Amino acid sequence: MTVIDVRGLRKDFTVRVKAGRFRREARTVAAVDGVDLAVEAGEMLGYIGPNGAGKSTTLKMLTGVLYPSAGHVRVCGLEPVPRRTRLARRIGVVFGQRSQLWWDLPLRESFELLRHVYRVPATDHRTRLKWYRDLLDLDAFADLPVRQLSLGQRMRGELTAALLHGPEVLFLDEPTIGLDVVSKQAVRGFLADLRDAGDTTVVLTTHDLADIERLCRRLVVIDHGRVVHDGTLERLHERYGSRRRVVVDLDEPLATPVDLPGATVESVSADGLRISYALDSATAGALVARLAAVASLRDISVVEPDIEDVVARLYRA
Amino acid sequence: MADGTLAIYRRLVAAQVRSQAQYRASFLVELCGTVLFASVDVLAVLVVFRVARSVGGFEFRAVFLMAALSTCAFALADLTVGSIERIRAYVRTGLLDAVLVRPLGALPQLLAADVAPKRVGRVLFGIGLVGVAAHTARLDLTPARWLLLLVTPVAGAVLFGAIFVASATVAFWWIDSGEFAAALTYGGRDLTSYPMTVYGGLFRRVFAYGLGFAFVGYYPALALLGRRDPLGLPAVTGWLGPVVALGAAGVAASAWKVAIRHYRSTGS
Repeated sequence: MTVIDVRGLRKDFTVRVKAGRFRREARTVAAVDGVDLAVEAGEMLGYIGPNGAGKSTTLKMLTGVLYPSAGHVRVCGLEPVPRRTRLARRIGVVFGQRSQLWWDLPLRESFELLRHVYRVPATDHRTRLKWYRDLLDLDAFADLPVRQLSLGQRMRGELTAALLHGPEVLFLDEPTIGLDVVSKQAVRGFLADLRDAGDTTVVLTTHDLADIERLCRRLVVIDHGRVVHDGTLERLHERYGSRRRVVVDLDEPLATPVDLPGATVESVSADGLRISYALDSATAGALVARLAAVASLRDISVVEPDIEDVVARLYRA
Repeated sequence: MADGTLAIYRRLVAAQVRSQAQYRASFLVELCGTVLFASVDVLAVLVVFRVARSVGGFEFRAVFLMAALSTCAFALADLTVGSIERIRAYVRTGLLDAVLVRPLGALPQLLAADVAPKRVGRVLFGIGLVGVAAHTARLDLTPARWLLLLVTPVAGAVLFGAIFVASATVAFWWIDSGEFAAALTYGGRDLTSYPMTVYGGLFRRVFAYGLGFAFVGYYPALALLGRRDPLGLPAVTGWLGPVVALGAAGVAASAWKVAIRHYRSTGS
């Protein structure tokens, strides 16, 4: 079942630019420029892109916060802005930078207030809260006012707050931003459990690609308001030529360069004692066999492609 | 289990009151501060009458009644709707996002979540003031006038509330709208403390009739005192406050609906 159905989605903003001492010119900028997206129930989708690419703007149109300039949007079969309050019951939202919690009240009270705001039956509320309390270890700080929580604790609170009404779709806008390593792991572990449970469709935007590698099978990359990639992580590596590398350490420099079709020398260092090859079509095995025939090898390592590199290349393109 | 919508808002208001109660000392200081502020407005009227026997053709007891009705109406509006002036911050910082993803109306949520309990002091002061003014004016209180005396501050509060909301929507288009909203709301309050006869031509037409400020204190006071309007409108005008207020509320609600569609949010 398609939970999120987006076709030709656009959002134009008018910005005023200084054009002379007093004059300002209005210019229209497309923050989202024709995005198509279909997300099936139970998917966990990574939605990434550089700053200003249109990620958050897309999310805001999907959640009914912003009115699209053009295009077709349905979330849970509802048009977000006109059906905003009805949709709100069926989705959960965590904006990393904006809290859903009551700043001066104990975390526990925020949960109780949200139960009423979303009209969740007391028994459902208790069951879910119990589940999240254990998974996210909330009891340690549930009685503290939110303003006294660490960022990591607060984010665990935000996740619970977004899920207590049992939403069908969860939108996460940079849920790991600013978290320390331990808190990041806690949040990722929790999201992995949520994905494995399979009841909730999740759309996750992040700048931390480790989030994506750990959690998302499918990745949508957006740049300048357009989708530039939609598929698995592996597919992204293939498409953007991210290559595995073989780094060899030799006992002596090579007398003549070793040439193998499908492998190129990336760098030579340590006076010719360390050579790094990038693999296109050649296998690591073929390359090593070839090298072993002409030189004595001290050490070999195979380096997997780095998603950060791929994405950086993608953003620059 | 399933609360009515009103009960939900009551909980949001209670949560806000509990939040404020965390800062008890500052709460008490501010409570006194709001009473002080409200009394300064009335003091201004008293001061004027130390130098003039009548203002705009009305003696002290009539103007005092107008000022009292206006102060009480404003205090009520300020308590319930006044926090909407914070909308500027919500729009500028994008905090409104968090409000819009909840299954409740945005405007009532903002009002409930930001209610300032310290302003209760001002309302109590305003109610007391209306009592004193009604006594001083030696009103001939028929049952109909009793009703008018009770309804007028509420209608005035609705009108002020509408102006609070409508002027706050300016923030959606013009983020640095600064004190524009305050000029209309606080300016309107000061204006309603005096008889409309003191204001001249165009100004009177725009503020007294265009924005409806004449219906907060002036016309109801005339009806309560049984006076004729020197500006020539019929006696029934004094009873039109609620009608004007509801009309203004309708306009404000439409303005809000349009404005929320214009919300642009902020990055990330």
